[in-house]
Amino acid sequence: MTMIQLQTDEGWFEVCEAARLTPGRGVAALLPDGRQAAVFTDRRGRTYAIDNRDPFTGAYVLSRGLLGSTAEGRLYVASPLLKHRFDLETGACLDDEAQAVRTYLTDRSS
Amino acid sequence: MSTEHLSTIVVVGHGMVGQRFLEALAERGATGRTRVVVLCEEPRPAYDRVHLTSYFEGKTPDELSLVPDGFMGQHEIELYVDDPAESVDRAARTVTARSGRTFAYDTLVLATGSYPFVPPVPGKDIPGCFVYRTIEDLLAIEEYAKTATTGAVVGGGLLGLEAAGALRGLGLDTHIVEFAPRLMPVQVDEGGGAALLRIIENMGLTVHTGVGTQEITAGDEGRVSGMTLSDSSHLSTDLVVFSAGVRPRDQLARDCGLAVGERGGIVVDEQCRTSDPAVFAIGECALAADGRVYGLVAPGYEMAQTAADAIAADTGRAFTGADLSTKLKLLGVDVASFGDAHGTADDCLDVVYSDSRSGIYKKLVVSSEGVLLGGVLVGDADAYGMLRPLTGHVPPVSPEQLVLPAGLGAPAALGPEALPDDAVICSCHNVTKGAIAACSSLPEVKKCTKAGTGCGSCVKTIGMLLPTSGDGGLCGCFAQTRQELYEIVLALRIGSFTELLDGHGRTEARGGEGCEICKPAIASILAGLGNGHILDGEQAALQDTNDHFLANLQRNGSYSIVPRIPGGEITPEKLIVIGEVARDFGLYTKITGGQRIDLFGARVDQLPSIWTRLVDAGFESGHAYGKSLRTVKSCVGQTWCRYGVQDSVRMAIDLELRYRGLRSPHKLKSAVSGCARECAEAQSKDFGVIATANGWNLYVGGNGGASPRHADLLAQDLTDDELVRLIDRFLMFYIRTADRLERTSVWLERIEGGLNHIKDVVVNDSLGICAELEALMAAHVAGYRDEWAETLDDPERLARFVSFVNAPGAPDPSVRFVPERDQIKPELPLLTLGATR
Repeated sequence: MTMIQLQTDEGWFEVCEAARLTPGRGVAALLPDGRQAAVFTDRRGRTYAIDNRDPFTGAYVLSRGLLGSTAEGRLYVASPLLKHRFDLETGACLDDEAQAVRTYLTDRSS
Repeated sequence: MSTEHLSTIVVVGHGMVGQRFLEALAERGATGRTRVVVLCEEPRPAYDRVHLTSYFEGKTPDELSLVPDGFMGQHEIELYVDDPAESVDRAARTVTARSGRTFAYDTLVLATGSYPFVPPVPGKDIPGCFVYRTIEDLLAIEEYAKTATTGAVVGGGLLGLEAAGALRGLGLDTHIVEFAPRLMPVQVDEGGGAALLRIIENMGLTVHTGVGTQEITAGDEGRVSGMTLSDSSHLSTDLVVFSAGVRPRDQLARDCGLAVGERGGIVVDEQCRTSDPAVFAIGECALAADGRVYGLVAPGYEMAQTAADAIAADTGRAFTGADLSTKLKLLGVDVASFGDAHGTADDCLDVVYSDSRSGIYKKLVVSSEGVLLGGVLVGDADAYGMLRPLTGHVPPVSPEQLVLPAGLGAPAALGPEALPDDAVICSCHNVTKGAIAACSSLPEVKKCTKAGTGCGSCVKTIGMLLPTSGDGGLCGCFAQTRQELYEIVLALRIGSFTELLDGHGRTEARGGEGCEICKPAIASILAGLGNGHILDGEQAALQDTNDHFLANLQRNGSYSIVPRIPGGEITPEKLIVIGEVARDFGLYTKITGGQRIDLFGARVDQLPSIWTRLVDAGFESGHAYGKSLRTVKSCVGQTWCRYGVQDSVRMAIDLELRYRGLRSPHKLKSAVSGCARECAEAQSKDFGVIATANGWNLYVGGNGGASPRHADLLAQDLTDDELVRLIDRFLMFYIRTADRLERTSVWLERIEGGLNHIKDVVVNDSLGICAELEALMAAHVAGYRDEWAETLDDPERLARFVSFVNAPGAPDPSVRFVPERDQIKPELPLLTLGATR
C-alpha cells in the first residue's frame, strides 16, 4: 500500500494512503504540531503539500481549492474563498507577491 | 441622563441635513461620549421634505419620517421638538430655546435650513396665501382647498412644480405663474422648458410664463379671490401658493454676530466652520466656501458629513462645492440636467433631439473638440446615469447617437468600455477604470490595484475592461467559448474533462491540469448533458468546493445548508425538523430571500449526519451551492388570496420540482405570482410567471442583485402545458448558448437579436431545434436524483466528508464560533497580511 508522507520540522510524517487523493484536488492533514497541511496530487501522480491556511482570509481552506496549471506549466491551487492562486512548488502567491504559504516536501513510500 | 459626558454638541434644526449630521456623528462613535442636544422648531422630528408631495399620494407624516425607530434613545440624543432656538450667547457658549431652556455647548451646529421667499406684493398675507415647505403648510393647504376650486402657484421652478402637482392632486384647477420666460429656468434651457410646458399643459394645468405677480386681490370675505399679473391681466383663484425660491435662515447667526454673506447665508470654511470656530453651519443656511448657497439635499448631506468629521474624527474631509447635476421626477415627468446645461462655455455646440409629440427633449452640450460638457433631458432621462460620468470626456459614440431614442441608431446599452477613465469600478478599494485598464490580466489587476479583492462584485466588469486573451476563448486553456465547447461535447459525446482538454485545448494547455475557470465550466456542461452524479469519477475533481461538498463555503471555512422547500410551502412537521436539526448541531439559522431556510456553521465532517436527518424527514438538496436552479418563489395565490386568479403555489412547486438540479451557466431563479399585483416579484427573476385570468404570462431575463433588470414578456395567456414547454425550451437554449457565469439577463442583452431572436427560436422554432431542446429537458427530468440521498448511500462518496484525511473523527479546531443575538457567528482570525514565511 503506497503511503504519502511529508517532511515536517520533526521529520517525515505519514499522512494517508495515496489512493485517498483524487488527481486535481486536495485533502487536509493535521500535523503533530497542530498545523494543517493541504496535500494535493496532479494528473501525473506527483504530490505536493503546502500550508492549509489562506493568508488572505485566515481560513484553513486551501486544501479545498482547485488545481490548475499556467501556460508556463506552473502548478497552483486557487483558494476557494477569494480565488488567490498559490504555486504548489514554491508556496508563492501568483496574484500578490507579498504573500506566500509554507511548503512541505512530500514522498511516497510503500 | 446619568452618563458622564466629555462635552456637549447642540444642534439647532432637525431637518433632513440635521438628521444626517446626527447619523454621521453616531457612525463616528461620537454620540455615546458626547452629550448631543437637538432643538427642533417643527412639532415632529426630521422628515423627507424632498418627497413632501407624496403625502398627497397617501403617505402619512409618519411614513415620511427620516428618523429610524429608537434612533434617539439608542444614541442618547436629547431631541426637543416644537422648541426652536431663540438666541445664542457665544461668549458664554449657551443657546436658549423658546421654552426658556438654556443649554451650554462646546460645539454648536446650525442646521436651520431655509425659508420660502415670498415676493413683497400687496395682499401676500391675506387668508388663502400659503407657502410650501413643511407638513404643517401642507395640512393647511389641504384644509383650505376643501372650499376652493382654483389654485395658483407663484414660481415655476422645481418646488413650484412640486406644489402645482400637490394642488392638482387636491382636485384644484391649477395655474402656474413664472416670471422667467420658461419653466424650471435654472435647470433647463429654452427647448427643455418648451417640452416641459407641453407635457404639463397636456395634464390640464395652465402655465403663465414671462409674467410677474403684482397683487393678490381679496374678495368680500377678505379671502383670496384672484391675482393681478404684470401684464395687467387678472387671474381668478381661491388660493395662492408662493414657491418662488428659498432664502437661507441665518437670523440666529446674524443676531449673535456671526459673519453672513451679502445676500444671506452663514459664512463657513471648507470644514463648515463659521467665523466662530466653536460654531458650524450646514445645509441650506450655509454659504459654502465656494461662495454658493446649496438648495439641494445631496450637498447638504455632504456638508453634514464634513462637519461630523471635523467635530468627531478630526480628519481632513473638505466641502469645496458640489455638482448641481440632478435628475427628478416632477408631475410624473423625468427631468435631468448635468454639467454645463446651458452651454455657457466658449465655442460650445448643441446636439438636440426634440419630439414634441411625445414630449421628449434632449440636448447635449459638446465642445468644439467633441468633449461632452453637459446636457438637459426632459421626458426621458434614462441616459442620465451614463451621460453624467461621461461629462468632461469625449464620448465613445457620436453625440447624435447618445440622444436618439433606442431603435433610431442609438446603441442598445453602452458597456463599461463607454465609461470614462476616472469612473470608479471597484468601490471597495476605490479603483478607477483607468487603473484597471492599465493592467493586462485579472491577477495583475488584483495584485496592482486590489480591485476585485473586496466583495468581488466588480470582477465581471473588470473582465470586460481587460484585453480578452486575444481570441475570446474561455480561459488560458481553451480558445473556444463556452457555447462552442458545449457543441463539441454534445456532438462528439465527450465524457471527460481531460479528453476535452487534451483533444481540444490550446496547445500549451494540453496535458496540463486545466484551471479554476474551465474546470467548473466544463463540469457544468458535462453535468447538464446528463453525465452521472457530480461527485463521481473525474468529475469530482472539477467542481468548486461548494459542489464538491454539496454545501456553501462560508468565510471561516464552515459550510451552510439549504434544504429544498419547493415554492416556499412547508408543513409544520418539516419546519420542526429543520429547527431541531439546527438546534442539535448548533447552527445559525436565517430565512433566505428565496423562501427557504439557510443553516450556517456546519463543519465538513458534520454534513453527512445533518443530511441524514434531513433526508429521513423527506428533505432533499436545495442546490444552493450549484450553478443550477435555486428556488421558485411564490405568493399564496388563488387558494387563499382574495385577489389571486390562479394557483401560483402549485405552479411554483411543479416548476421547482421539474427543474431542480438542472446545471446551467449560472444560477437560475424563478417565481410565480398569482395575480398582476406580483407579490412574488417574478419580474426580477431569470424566468418569472404571472397569472392572468386566462392562464399565465411568462417573463424572462429578469435580475436583482448588483445590476437589476426587469424581465421581458416572452408570451402571454399560456396554458399550463404551453408554459412548461416554453420554459423547457428557453432554459435549454440558454444553457446551450450562454457564456460561463452569464446570467439570463446579460445573455439576453448580449445575444445577437436579443429578445426577438430568443422569441423566434423558442416560440416560433425558427432554428428547428425545439424538439431537441425539449428532449434534452425531458432527459434531465427523467434522470433527476437527489444528490444528497445518493451521497449518503455511497460509502466512497461519504469518505471525503472529513476535516482531516489522517484524523477522520477530529473536528477542525480552526472553525470556531462566538455568540451573537442568541445564535453563533464565526470567530474570525486576526489577519496579519505580509510575508508569512
